[in-house]
Amino acid sequence: MMNSFLFAEGIDVQNWTYILVGITFALYIGIAIWSRAGSTKEFYVAGGGVSPLANGMATAADWMSAASFISMAGIISFSGYDGAVYLMGWTGGYVLLALLLAPYLRKFGKFTVPDFIGDRYYSKTARLVAVFCALLVSFTYVAGQMRGVGIVFSRFLEVDINTGVIIGMIIVLFYAVLGGMKGITYTQVAQYCVLIFAFMVPAIFISIQMTGNPIPQLGFGSTLADGSGTYLLDKLDGLSTQLGFNEYTEGSKTTIDVFAITLALMVGTAGLPHVIVRFFTVKRVKDARKSAGLALLLIVILYTTAPAVSVFARTNLIETVSNQPYADAPEWFKKWETTGLISFTDKNNDGLIKYVANESQNELIVDRDIMVLANPEIAKLPNWVIALVAAGGLAAALSTAAGLLLVISASVSHDLVKKIIKPDISEKGELIAARLSAVGAVCVSGYFGINPPGFVAAVVALAFGLAAASFFPAIILGIFYKRMNKEGAIAGMIVGITAMLLYMIKYKLGWFDAELPDKSAWWFGISPEGFGTVAMVLNFVVSFVVMKFTKSPPEDVQEIVENIRIPSGAGEAVNH
Amino acid sequence: MTKQKAKAYWKENIRYLIILLAIWFIVSYGAGILFKDELNQIRLGGFKLGFWFAQQGSMYVFVILIFVYVRLMNKLDKKYGYDE
Repeated sequence: MMNSFLFAEGIDVQNWTYILVGITFALYIGIAIWSRAGSTKEFYVAGGGVSPLANGMATAADWMSAASFISMAGIISFSGYDGAVYLMGWTGGYVLLALLLAPYLRKFGKFTVPDFIGDRYYSKTARLVAVFCALLVSFTYVAGQMRGVGIVFSRFLEVDINTGVIIGMIIVLFYAVLGGMKGITYTQVAQYCVLIFAFMVPAIFISIQMTGNPIPQLGFGSTLADGSGTYLLDKLDGLSTQLGFNEYTEGSKTTIDVFAITLALMVGTAGLPHVIVRFFTVKRVKDARKSAGLALLLIVILYTTAPAVSVFARTNLIETVSNQPYADAPEWFKKWETTGLISFTDKNNDGLIKYVANESQNELIVDRDIMVLANPEIAKLPNWVIALVAAGGLAAALSTAAGLLLVISASVSHDLVKKIIKPDISEKGELIAARLSAVGAVCVSGYFGINPPGFVAAVVALAFGLAAASFFPAIILGIFYKRMNKEGAIAGMIVGITAMLLYMIKYKLGWFDAELPDKSAWWFGISPEGFGTVAMVLNFVVSFVVMKFTKSPPEDVQEIVENIRIPSGAGEAVNH
Repeated sequence: MTKQKAKAYWKENIRYLIILLAIWFIVSYGAGILFKDELNQIRLGGFKLGFWFAQQGSMYVFVILIFVYVRLMNKLDKKYGYDE
């Protein structure tokens, strides 16, 4: 910090960060006060009157977490082609959502995903199983987010991670508890604007610097601006092979694993309760469809830019540090070295930075998050752009955490308290219960943020597998297959989520064996991240088999299904 | 009568879904994953085509697919009198 004070011209990065973060936070809190919720309907689904564009922006912000904003470009940077599993997996799910789920669930017109499962499968057991799955998925996801909030705060505001988590808890608590879904939705609209601006500005600057093309999506397929006529990607492929890495555009995962992971992420996206619930907030069925399209469009702006940033950053990194004397390393290198995100050990004592694939010779270790965090500094962009990345990262982390907390509080106050424990609770009582469970959820996830169990980071990626293995088949069959009955759906969900949990515990956490089994033990060569695909198929198969041997669903349930297939009349859907 | 109408509407809807999801599958799993190596022989500026589909093209197609679906369904709703 002293450094940045001494060498700053005009306003330094730290002060710019305080200014930009201060302005955006004041904005979020102002919106929360203006849009506080007065009824359960406002608390759970923002009154059901959000416009498709506002809902699209809110969904996009809800969806894009600190991981999308900070880590994704870095992961792609170091995995090349393989990074496509995240790009396709986290966008393709919206096609499934728009075509197969959102319109029908909106027509159904209740508040939560367990609401649908419980009514469609005419069973409290089905509802309970769904509540359990929703809580499991949301808690694994939110614990990672709170930690992310803490890390982002600590890095940018120079406080320790735990203080960061607590600041984050207070802010989220304030607008989630006060505003419910309504408050969250409108803050997320603002957060989307902040985060997309913060992501695009540095990307555009760097694209112009490296290729002369202001559009990053085209830039990374263009020739270099140095007039050599070489394509950027060819150059990076060349640099990568020289250093002993795989060609950047080739990757190293097996085809079947890439296939399975992509599918698990897509289906998981479509089955995540905090994403689905967003489509309960619009007025009509046609708004739900349109809103899904707008959400994806807004997400894709960032997702198509990220792989370009990855290529720029990787090339820049290799060019600026590889085989350069450590003594002459640029200022940003020294600065990030103090945070521990970059480290250099001169193994052969030649004073040069040796960056190669061979681990015993490699002297440079780079944390993947650097690729987005330090990118503006590597490219020597102005101080306000560097500070903007901080505001963007915080917007991304907070918006996702708030969305998840809402799902958790609705699962508790609506699905458990109102529907199962105390059905005669008054509207006012339920609203109080909703707020209390939001407070409880913030505290629990804050606890995990401060004392992260070692497995959280490993498990967050698997929340998708859990959602794919449990909800997706039950919802799809509920809409598209009238004859599916409660026995089939319940058995499918239980078998699917259990299979996923067991595989995860065995092959990701290694709790069943003395040490973590290695890749060769994976079933069909499929990693735990991709196993959601197998568990989902298992869920479908079990559902069908059990259904064959049990009673058809009652007449009135078949009528519910016929009714949700027709788009008109969602406005006057039951207001329970 | 209304039951028949609903059935016909549903049938047309399913037909759209099958076509759109087939395209969804072909661009992502087909072009981006299964046939990536073959498509990589073809270049699109600096991009190898399979790589481009995996990291760019499939995402553009996803967005287009949803908006095509929105248009088709709005028309279908009108045709059957289900619009509002």
